Amino acid sequence: MPQLILNSLSDSLVEQIIDEALQLLVNPGVRVHNHEALTLLAEAGAEVNFETKIAFIPERLVRHSIDNVPKEFHLYDLNKKPVVRYGGDSVHFDPGSTAVTVLDSQSGKQRPGNTTDFIKFVKLVETLPQYDAQSTAFICRDVPEGIGDLYRLYLALIYGSKPIITGAFGIQTWWVMWEMLTAVAGGEKELAAHPLAVFDVCPTPPLLWSDLTCQNLMDCARKGVPSELVSMPLAGATSPVTLAAAVVQHAAESLSGITIGQLAMKGSPIVWGGAPAAFDMREGTTPMGDVGTWLIDIAYVQVGKALGLPTHAYMGSSDSKLLDVQTGIESAGGTFLAALAGVNMVSAGGMIDFLRCQSFEKLVLDAEVIGMAKRLILGIEAHDQPIAVDLMRKSAHQANFLSSPHTHKWFRKELYMPSEVIDRGSLDAWNKKGAQSAQERAGKRVETLLKAYRPFPLSNELRTELRAITLRAAQANGMNELPPLPTE
Amino acid sequence: MSNELFTQLTNSLVDGDPDATVEFTRQALAAGIEPMTIIREGLMPGMNTVGDKFSCGEYFLPDLIIAADGMKQAMELLEPELKVRNQSVESLGTVILGTVKGDIHEIGKSLVATMLSANGFKVFDLGVNVPNELFLAKIKETGATILGMSALLTTTMTVQRDIINELKEAGLRAQVKVIVGGAPVTHSWAEEIGADGYAEDAIGAVQLAKQLVSQ
Repeated sequence: MPQLILNSLSDSLVEQIIDEALQLLVNPGVRVHNHEALTLLAEAGAEVNFETKIAFIPERLVRHSIDNVPKEFHLYDLNKKPVVRYGGDSVHFDPGSTAVTVLDSQSGKQRPGNTTDFIKFVKLVETLPQYDAQSTAFICRDVPEGIGDLYRLYLALIYGSKPIITGAFGIQTWWVMWEMLTAVAGGEKELAAHPLAVFDVCPTPPLLWSDLTCQNLMDCARKGVPSELVSMPLAGATSPVTLAAAVVQHAAESLSGITIGQLAMKGSPIVWGGAPAAFDMREGTTPMGDVGTWLIDIAYVQVGKALGLPTHAYMGSSDSKLLDVQTGIESAGGTFLAALAGVNMVSAGGMIDFLRCQSFEKLVLDAEVIGMAKRLILGIEAHDQPIAVDLMRKSAHQANFLSSPHTHKWFRKELYMPSEVIDRGSLDAWNKKGAQSAQERAGKRVETLLKAYRPFPLSNELRTELRAITLRAAQANGMNELPPLPTE
Repeated sequence: MSNELFTQLTNSLVDGDPDATVEFTRQALAAGIEPMTIIREGLMPGMNTVGDKFSCGEYFLPDLIIAADGMKQAMELLEPELKVRNQSVESLGTVILGTVKGDIHEIGKSLVATMLSANGFKVFDLGVNVPNELFLAKIKETGATILGMSALLTTTMTVQRDIINELKEAGLRAQVKVIVGGAPVTHSWAEEIGADGYAEDAIGAVQLAKQLVSQ
């Protein structure tokens, strides 16, 4: 069965994009603000200017690095099941991160998120089958900034069983997060063999790796923790406006990241990811719902696949500030295109206001679109041979398929049936149920799902250990006690 | 003759052709037209048209920026001529701009710098990751009347509050109007930290700046 795959670039254009990216790495080179990374590059034969902190990376070093990157890897849940495959054309979805606010369900306004919100969010992701992984989706403002990254991971590990797409805000906090993951996995080797999490590392456009991101990248590589490179050219602002040029910049930044990662540890897993946008020329913002943004995404993913790499993209978020028609348009557009493009991990679920705000209701609504998208890319198969001739001869011109055993056998597998969030009742039926909007129905479903949540039986030992690790970090940041966890 | 030149000057800004703006400015000077007249009859109508077109959605940021660039280059030619005549285009005020320490985002701030310059302010753009001391030093040095601080991260926003406090400690708070901006910044944040104003975008920043200097 042919897979539906969206390609926007000709093969020769893909080649040229890669070629120009390689040229950029030689001239003007890439800025690397981490001394160790510069040293590794120099030792491997790159020309490095330690004063200006620019590395001029030769093609053969980059090509060699690409060859060493694993073509695929898996992420595991707490049951040690390989639930996510990063590689080929597998398609998975996770909620977007890192939002700075949540959309309050009562007031409909944005406000800072806290521990209670985050736990609620993790529980929802746990109960929504459409999400293959969770993310450390937003910052909890009831803990010090200095532990903002690791605190989310702590909550995600004790309330959710799905693998986690995360990221560190600091060099030292990365190690605390790694310590947590190692504890849960049962050891350093275990974690490397069965990764529970992926860390996002973001170069700064154009062509700059900061000290922090470089360090995270190398630490991930050395510990066998997959890193997800998230290059984010803003076409017309921090990259050239022509979409193909933005894709070249993305490739250059990503290739340099791959090179650094492979020099830190050969064979370390890496994802060709991103969060680009076509700059909005009216408002000066970074629209995720823009078609130019989607084109850049689809194109860079195609380049990543041409290089044989696992892929990721931020597609499916909306720039709207509330849950309205614009949200629907933008989220659906991005989600379907990402699925058709075969992106291994699509990050966006729940998000609005570019990538600033997480909404519980939207998480539920996006799950519907994701479910549809997953069904879409399964395409159409001939389940029976012959497909229709025998069936229809048997029915002999009668419209009685609703009662046929064949329908009963196949309808669940063949049709995607949405939850009650998608209204398909008659007008009367809809009125009888309270004439509700999708958002209202999603709000109800949030409550239903939370009631259905069942925690993963993580050992008390591990829970205690994780809390101790988190508390230590909190105390080092001026907080003596962690916010209390809700009693079940 | 001069009317045609004025039209050409105006059009060069509206068409986004800085080279043409420079060329026609030279021609106007060579034809003996007064620099103030060149500005009033040729350049300002162009800038105003560009501003109007932006407001009604016909023009976009790159159009604003390229027009501002043309204006800037024309002013570079005209300034010496004004000086010689003991004239000056009155600056609306001196503005110090920068992105706070720990933050490297600057697109918005640079846009504000461009728009303020094009609208008659004298702007010192200190760039990104600016140490607090540098803001204060530049304010002292230039006698600036407006300080604009940008922060794009919730983690760097707090520096805006620190700097306002440092202005108070240094006895400089009364000298400058402080405006803040950046994606996580809001009106209520501006109020909370004791800033004088906040604008959502570069156009708003110009209006706000004009308002503040007239107080």
